[in-house]
Amino acid sequence: MSKVEEIARGVLAGDKRSIARAITIVENSPQEAQKLIALIYSYTGKAHVIGLTGPGGAGKSTLIEKMVREYRRRDKTVGVIAVDPTSPFSGGAFLGDRIRMQDLSIDEGVFIRSMATRNNPGGIAKATKDAVKILDAAGKDVIIVETVGAGQSEVEIIKVAQTIVVIHAPGLGDEIQAIKAGLMEIADIFVVNKADRENADKTVMDIQAMLQLDDRKKVWNPPIVKTIAITGEGVQQLLDKIEEHRQFLQKELGHERSWEKAQAELIEAIRDKVTSSIIEKLKREKLFEKILQQIVNREIDPATAAEKLLNQEQLE
Amino acid sequence: MQNESKSGRKIRVLIAKPGLDSHDRGAKVVARALRDAGMEVIYTGLRQTPEQIVEAALQEDVDVIGLSILSGAHMTLFPRIMELLKEKGLTDVLVFAGGIIPEEDVSELKKIGIKEVFGPGTPTEKIIKYVLKNAPKR
Ligand code: B12
Ligand SMILES: Nc1nc2c(ncn2[C@@H]2O[C@H](COP(=O)(O)OP(=O)(O)OP(=O)(O)O)[C@@H](O)[C@H]2O)c(=O)[nH]1
Ligand SMILES: [Mg+2]
Repeated sequence: MSKVEEIARGVLAGDKRSIARAITIVENSPQEAQKLIALIYSYTGKAHVIGLTGPGGAGKSTLIEKMVREYRRRDKTVGVIAVDPTSPFSGGAFLGDRIRMQDLSIDEGVFIRSMATRNNPGGIAKATKDAVKILDAAGKDVIIVETVGAGQSEVEIIKVAQTIVVIHAPGLGDEIQAIKAGLMEIADIFVVNKADRENADKTVMDIQAMLQLDDRKKVWNPPIVKTIAITGEGVQQLLDKIEEHRQFLQKELGHERSWEKAQAELIEAIRDKVTSSIIEKLKREKLFEKILQQIVNREIDPATAAEKLLNQEQLE
Repeated sequence: MQNESKSGRKIRVLIAKPGLDSHDRGAKVVARALRDAGMEVIYTGLRQTPEQIVEAALQEDVDVIGLSILSGAHMTLFPRIMELLKEKGLTDVLVFAGGIIPEEDVSELKKIGIKEVFGPGTPTEKIIKYVLKNAPKR
């Protein structure tokens, strides 16, 4: 058995070490990753994947800790992927979400993995999607993905999760603008955390007002749940709403969403493959540098160069 | 590249504070320095049991575990951590430590597999160099 086959087998058996190794593979080695995912793909699609996004410091990690506890009480096994940003200067990352989830480490039914974005735009890492598949194939009932502290453009999570929870808290300044601009459109459920703070109701009202302005035709009306993540208050209601949304998806939209997701993934995979095969070919034929030089010399523009390459025309 | 291990992957480090010890400045200084040297650093936070530390190391699939301790309890906590690592098969992980650890304990700790110990005043460059040189190549 090859190393990858052995790891895939371990993942399907729910073995933690294999899950950990598998996630390392999808983060680091694209070719092995493809083999691995091919081996486990038919076992995926069972877990409910929840995306938790919102501004930095809103309480995402703290809330996840309480959500996991409640899911455990409801006899569900849980996987968590917590994404933090890579420093664009050093390439390193400080992954601190685990600090808020300490006690969960030793629960056999829980697997937590921290992940750096490695400069992938959109609030999650390139490998997050595959890591979710690994936890799914390993039999986790629920998978929660914490994005980096998000602004308006961090909406990649929509490609990974079925239920998107957008979390906000009073006292974070103008962040509500960010929600207005981008996160609002992806939210299935809103959480106003830090409800122990006095201006929490104002935040709820802001979101309500914003929702009323939204005149898109809707089949699901995103509820607003108030929570106090440090005590766990409101977490049961949140899980109930998530469950409602899951059932709604199954009844109303399930097929459509999986279709959309499959389409997005296929397009992305094709784009990746085509791009890298063309670039590799150019490099093999020593054309890449030559074209670069022409672009630098302003002899041809990048788009025209790309088009000519695709049409197999000679560049002079 | 300098900040990556031989195989080209990023070095992943767990910085952990075992036991009832709330001196966290050193741990944070070291975590930040390793991050700035291009590594992915997972910080567990304070008051970790050996079980929690080893589970975190396993789930995070780290190459290196750095233990920070200033409470004086290293001679009871470290052996337990090493034992659990062996039990879980995490034998290819580099384990090293820092904080207030008397010279006479250091040789004992090295015997059980703590590869190096750095005391107060160690320049962070020295710690970075050590990790780059000794992180296992997987
Ligand atoms: C600041 C300090 C505190 C602060 C801590 C604040 C904080 N958030 O960290 C406060 C006031 C809270 C405090 C409290 C106590 N303290 Co105090 N404290 C210190 C002091 C003066 C400095 C520690 C420090 O922050 N240094 C700066 C950092 C950057 O250095 P560092 O931690 O040593 O880290 C460096 C190296 O050790 C190494 N390193 C550290 N960790 C790691 C990890 C790895 C992987 C690596 C590679 C390297 C590495 O690299 C770092 C950079 O060089 C020391 C004395 C001293 N000079 O060390 C006493 C000291 C540590 N404290 C001590 C004591 C006794 C206490 C108390 C019990 C006092 C009391 N009776 O209440 C309490 C205990 C609190 C608790 N629950 O743990 C004793 C410990 C004695 C022992 N272990 O035998 C010391 C040594 C003072 C003494 N001489 O008696 N303390
Ligand atoms: N008062 C109050 N504080 C909270 C609550 N929830 C979280 N906090 C605090 O808010 C701070 C940030 O919490 P985190 O859970 O780290 O927030 P986060 O959204 O994960 O932050 P990033 O990962 O940095 O984006 C911590 O100090 C928490 O203790 C709450 O309900 N009430
Ligand atoms: Mg967080």
